[in-house]
Amino acid sequence: MSILAVLEQAGGAWHRQSREALAAAQQLGKALGRPASAALLGRNLAPLGAELAAKRLERVFLLEDALLAPYTADAYVVALEQLIRARQPSYVVFPHTYQVRDFAPRLAARFRRWLLSDVTGWRLEDGTPVFVRQIFQGRLNADLRPSGAGPVFVSVQAGAFALAPVEEGVAEMERFEVRIEAAAIRTRPEAPLEQAPAAVDLAKAERIVAVGRGIKDRENLRLVEELAAALGAELAASRPVCDNGWLPLERQVGSSGQTVAPKLYLAVGISGAIQHLVGMKGSRTVVAINRDPAAPIFEVADYGIVGDLFEVVPALIGQLRRSRD
Amino acid sequence: MRILVALKQVAARDARLRVNAAGTWIDESDLEYELNEPDAYALEAALDFRDRHGGEVAVVSAGPERAGRAIREALAKGADRGILIETQEPGGGDPLCTAWWLAQAAAAENPELILTGLQSEDAGYGQTGVLLAELLGWPHATLIVEIEKAGAGLRLRRELEAGRFQYLELALPAVVAVQSGIRPLRYATLMGIKRAKTKPVSRLDPSAWGPPPEPAFQIARVYAPQRAKRTEFLEGTAEEVAAKLVARLRGEARIL
Repeated sequence: MSILAVLEQAGGAWHRQSREALAAAQQLGKALGRPASAALLGRNLAPLGAELAAKRLERVFLLEDALLAPYTADAYVVALEQLIRARQPSYVVFPHTYQVRDFAPRLAARFRRWLLSDVTGWRLEDGTPVFVRQIFQGRLNADLRPSGAGPVFVSVQAGAFALAPVEEGVAEMERFEVRIEAAAIRTRPEAPLEQAPAAVDLAKAERIVAVGRGIKDRENLRLVEELAAALGAELAASRPVCDNGWLPLERQVGSSGQTVAPKLYLAVGISGAIQHLVGMKGSRTVVAINRDPAAPIFEVADYGIVGDLFEVVPALIGQLRRSRD
Repeated sequence: MRILVALKQVAARDARLRVNAAGTWIDESDLEYELNEPDAYALEAALDFRDRHGGEVAVVSAGPERAGRAIREALAKGADRGILIETQEPGGGDPLCTAWWLAQAAAAENPELILTGLQSEDAGYGQTGVLLAELLGWPHATLIVEIEKAGAGLRLRRELEAGRFQYLELALPAVVAVQSGIRPLRYATLMGIKRAKTKPVSRLDPSAWGPPPEPAFQIARVYAPQRAKRTEFLEGTAEEVAAKLVARLRGEARIL
């Protein structure tokens, strides 16, 4: 066995990024000419396991134990360490989820390795994969080559394998017995709770003006408020603006905020870290105003303006008002 | 409580990044640096906890001489003392190696709680705190947005995906990676900056600790990403680009 995809589920429902991790593992297996398998952890996994048994995989490992639900990093690390030591995959592929960020580095460290997090792709060099990931918040890319002995742990970025197909086939299902001692679990999680529902439903907005760190100061928000008013748009923000307390969290767009798909998304002073892009890349027309031509927001923009927002936005407000009169 | 906060100094957010001659990281000459913002939130959470419950906040950073400025900034904001692990490792360094250095320093310090930020704004591997917990054999929690005392341990509020959250209890000693935005950041006061000059900063030489773990990955190449989407860049004065944009939004995009 060579490639192991560790997929995520909760209460019998897939995490939506599991599909991408599975597709990535199949693709890596194909490129290397080695079989891929998948593992699931939790309780009552048979229905999801049966779905996986109909995919092109060598094996489907079901790790079932009362101590694997609810999720704790300690229990997941113990269980997966046992599976990996027993089956010795060369590559372990995860979806890049909050849960994976929580336990997978710890698992990797058991093997004196670390997790190559958030990879967007790979290419083969001399028959071995070189992995690609973003650095500096998406302003640059880095290629990384595995070195040393032991399994290679990688997580794949949300959306990076969205278009990759999951191939059908027949896999052998195996219940892998794990031994977890209750004393090994040092956190006591309570049941997840819903945040208070947002008063603003940005998902319904047809036009959105979104503001980022480039606005520099709370005082300057008036400028983008005026722009939003001139456009008849809702005001939204990237995470740092909400972290600063300049706008309420409910106006945040991105992986930890709302997901939006308006007809117009006008990003002002937003650099476009992946956490933001995943929340807005379904927008029909994207306009970006940013002074850094290397800002990754331009990656998804239809119209780009490289310049000082404090000059461009007032000019734009003036144009919009004149064109309306 | 004795709290240790791990800090990283990173290239300033608005610094112009150039790939170095070897193509393996950025050119670090003439670069402005600043305290990694997610770590500033870890520091903020530590100072707030100390202000409410008493104790001490020490900060530790692994890096070259310049990383001492990040430590001074933390001292100016109210940390009690600093520890600089003197390394030449560039910013793209191996997170397990960094965690190993931090673990050596932490073992000597014997804190009850270690706080880290969620990720660095340069390499962004997002795992130094979790690796550190494993090397120390301590439990950990990540994405924490609230820290309270509960008996001999902590009660934490953890951010989950899709706007959900959960509470969890964690035994001490432990490593907690805080989510950015946990509290508003405080600024250093003039008095704080003055006091920082008298606060102790100890220096540790990592060569005394023997060899760190072998690297699991090596950076082969750093480069500017290729654009996937054809962006039309509008050029001219502010008035000109504004007029062009309004024309495009009315014309081909049919939004106005």
